Amino acid sequence: MQPLIDSFIETLRDAGSRGTPLFIRGGGSKAFYGRTVPAAELPMGDYAGVIEYSPTELVVSARAGTPLTTLEAVLAQENQMLAFEPPHFGPGATLGGTIACGLSGPRRPYAGAVRDHVLGITCLNGSGRQLRFGGQVMKNVAGYDISRTLTGSLGTLAVLLDITLKVLPRPETELTLRQEATASEAIALLNRWAGLPLPLSAGCYHDGALTLRLSGFEQGVKAAADKIGGDPLPDGATFWADLREQRLAFFDDPRPLWRLSVAPAAPPLSQEDDCLIDWGGAQRWVKSGRPAATLRQRAADKGGHATLFRNGDGNEVFHPLPAPLLALHRRLKHSFDPAGILNPGRMYREL
Amino acid sequence: MSDNTVINLLRKRLPAQCLLYEPEDLRPYECDALSAYRRLPLIVVLPETPDQVRVVLQTCAELRVPVVARGAGTGLSGGALPLTDGILLSLARFNRILDIDVENRTARVQPGVTNLSISKAAEPLGLYYAPDPSSQIACSIGGNVAENAGGVHCLKYGLTVHNIQKLEILTIEGESLTIGGESLDSPGYDLLALMTGSEGLLGVITEVTVRLLAKPETAQVVLAAFESVESAAAAVTAIIASGIIPAGLELLDNPAIRAVERYVHTGYPEDAAAILLCELDGTREDVETQIERARAVFTQAGAVELRVSRNEAERQRFWAGRKAAFPAMGRLSPDYYCMDGTIPRRHLAKVLAEIGLLSAAYSLPVCNVFHAGDGNLHPLILYDANQPGELERTEEMGGKILELCVAVGGTITGEHGVGLEKINQMCVQFNSDELAQFHAVKQAFDPHGLLNPGKAIPTLHRCAEFGALHVHHGQLPHPELERF
Repeated sequence: MQPLIDSFIETLRDAGSRGTPLFIRGGGSKAFYGRTVPAAELPMGDYAGVIEYSPTELVVSARAGTPLTTLEAVLAQENQMLAFEPPHFGPGATLGGTIACGLSGPRRPYAGAVRDHVLGITCLNGSGRQLRFGGQVMKNVAGYDISRTLTGSLGTLAVLLDITLKVLPRPETELTLRQEATASEAIALLNRWAGLPLPLSAGCYHDGALTLRLSGFEQGVKAAADKIGGDPLPDGATFWADLREQRLAFFDDPRPLWRLSVAPAAPPLSQEDDCLIDWGGAQRWVKSGRPAATLRQRAADKGGHATLFRNGDGNEVFHPLPAPLLALHRRLKHSFDPAGILNPGRMYREL
Repeated sequence: MSDNTVINLLRKRLPAQCLLYEPEDLRPYECDALSAYRRLPLIVVLPETPDQVRVVLQTCAELRVPVVARGAGTGLSGGALPLTDGILLSLARFNRILDIDVENRTARVQPGVTNLSISKAAEPLGLYYAPDPSSQIACSIGGNVAENAGGVHCLKYGLTVHNIQKLEILTIEGESLTIGGESLDSPGYDLLALMTGSEGLLGVITEVTVRLLAKPETAQVVLAAFESVESAAAAVTAIIASGIIPAGLELLDNPAIRAVERYVHTGYPEDAAAILLCELDGTREDVETQIERARAVFTQAGAVELRVSRNEAERQRFWAGRKAAFPAMGRLSPDYYCMDGTIPRRHLAKVLAEIGLLSAAYSLPVCNVFHAGDGNLHPLILYDANQPGELERTEEMGGKILELCVAVGGTITGEHGVGLEKINQMCVQFNSDELAQFHAVKQAFDPHGLLNPGKAIPTLHRCAEFGALHVHHGQLPHPELERF
C-alpha cells in the first residue's frame, strides 16, 4: 500500500505548491452532506482493506477506503459490531467517509458517538506528512487527542489513511417496543428511563408512536420490557435500520431536511413543524421550508445547533460559529493544512 | 521586565487575598503528586471569579509570563509543576456544583470541584459520574479534564473524554470560549476531545458540564485465582471473548497478593500466581447471567479457586485489597517506582513474562497490579534509593518496560499523563513530524507558548532517558489517597 500512499503524498505536495484544492472522496455516499467543494477529486477507494482484527481485543484497524459493509460483515462473523451504528446512506459508504462525517445512528446516546470509538488514526496532513496519532489501546493519554479531533472534520484537516476503532459484542437479545404517546410525553418518558438502570439502546418518536429498543442479555431485556410496557414490534431490526438510513416514509420528502441537535429533554418544537425525534430526544429531524435563521434559533434556544442535512442549496449547511471560535478553527485548519487544499469550504466557507 | 513587575501589576489588578508571593506561602505549591520534581513559582494566584482568571491570563499575555494551571495537585506526572519565572494559577476556589439537571442527566460544576463530590451530589437522584480515578476523593474535575483521567471502570464506561459534554474555557488572551454544548454534539471541530487531556497547554477551564449515568441496579465481583500469570492473562482474553464487558477487571500477581495480604488481610489466596477481580454490573437479571458465564469462563481458563461476592460488604472487601496495593508496596520496600504503560491485551502474558526477566536481570523486584481489562499496566519496581546506583538502575529498567509497551503497539501513558515525567518518552512514541503537528496545534491556541510550557509535548531536540513516579519511604504527597 505504500506506493499508493506515496502517490497521495505526491498529489498533496503538487496541490500544495500550486495552491489547487482537493476534494477527498470515499464512496460518494455522503457527498450530499456539507457544502459543495468545486475541486479535483482525490479518490480513496483503492486504499482499502482490514489491516488487523482481533476480536478479543475489541479492536479493529482498517484502511479508509474499506467499504463499511465489508467491515461490518467481518465484525458480524465474530458477533461484534460498531456500537455507534453508523448510517451508510448508500452502498458505497466507506470507513473513511464514516469517520470524516462523524455521523452516528440510533444507538448513539446509549453507546457513544463515532468519536467515542476512535482509538487511533494514521493520516496525511495538508503538507503530505504521514502522521500517526492514538493507537490500538483503550487508554492512551500521550499527546493531544488528534484522532478524535479529526473525526467529523469532513476532510478539512487531513486525509485519513488507517483507522483503529473500538468494537463491541453484539447484544444477545434485542427487543423493540412501541407505545402511544404525545411528543411531550415521549420526551419525558425517554429521559426518565435513561436515568434508570435499564438496558435502553435506542429511542425515537414520530406521529403519536414512541418506539424504543432494549439490548442485552435475555433475562435483563425481558425484565426491562415488563417495567416499560408497550407492544413488541415484530421486525424491530428493520425499523432501526430504516431510521438510521433515512428510509422511513418521513424522510421521503423534497423539503429541506434539518437536523437539530438539542438537549435531550428539551420540549418539542412548535406543532407546525413536521418532526421526528431520535436519540432519546437529543436529535430532532425537521422537514421545513422556513428560513434557516428560524431553525437555527430554535435549536440554539434548546441548547443546541441546527444542520441543513439534505435538500439545501449546498451553501450554508452548518450552524454558524461565534467569531472567536471560528478564528480558532481557522488557525487549527492552518496548523494541519497551511496551503488550504484539503476540502476547503466543505464545512464552513472560511475553513 | 523584572519579577516585581508581574507581582506589582497583579497586586494592582486583584484583591490581596488572591495572591501569595512570600516564599513560605509558595512552598505548598512547589510540586504535585510527582514530588521528585519541586520548584517554587514566582507567584501563586487563587482567583475567585472567572473575571479574575481572565485578568490573570491577560496579564500573562501582556507581560509574556508563563502560567501553570493547577487543580488539586494530585497528578502523578508533574503536569502542575510550577515554573520559577511563572504564575501558578490555582483553581481551588472554584469549588461549587452549579447545577444538576436531572432530566438531561448532566451536572454543571466549577473546575475545582472534586470528582467524588459530583457523584455524591447526584446519588439521591440515582445518578453518578462514571470516571473514578483512584484519587477521586481529592482530585478536581478540572484536573480530570486536563489529564483525561481514567480509573477502574474505563473498559465499560470510558474515560473523562467520553463523559463530559461542555467546557467553558479562557484562552491565553483571556477570551472566553464555550466548547461543546447541551446537545450531544456541536458544530465544527471536536474541540472537546482536543481540550480533554491537553494538560493545560491549550486553555484554562473555568466550568465543566459532565454527563451523569444511571447508577447500575447492582454490582458483584468474581475473584478468580490462577496457578500461573499466563493462565490469568488468558482468562482476561477469554472473558471478553465470551461477550461480557466487565465493569472492572483487575489483575494482581503473586508478589502483589502477598504484599497486600500482609497489609490488610482481605483473604486473597496467597499461594495463587495471580488473581483476577472481575466486577459485573447492570440489572439484577443481567448480573446473574454474567456471573454464571464468568464462572464458566474462568473455570475453563484454569481458575483453581472462584469466589463471588454475596453482598455489598463482601464486594467492598474483595476490592479493599486491590485498593490497598500501593500503600502495601510502600511497607514492603523503602521506595517504589510506578509505571503507567498500556498494551494490547493479547500481549499481557508476554509482556508480564518479559517484565519478570527484566526484574531478574536488574535484581529489582516487581509487583504487578493493574487494570487488566484495559491492558493498562502499573508495574511497581521496588528499590532503595539509599543504595548507590539503584535509582539509576530502576529508571533504566522502567524505561525498558515502557519501550516494551510501545514495541507491542501500546503507549507510554494510559492515564497518568505525560506532564514533565514522561516528556522524554514522547520521543519514542512520536516522530518529529508528529511532534511538529502537536506544536502547530499548540500554536493555534497559544502563539507565544505561555500555557504550561515545557510539559506534555517535548521540543524536537529533547530526547533523553525516561522518568517516573518515585516514592521515598512510602511518602506520597497525598498519602491518604488510595492509588490503584
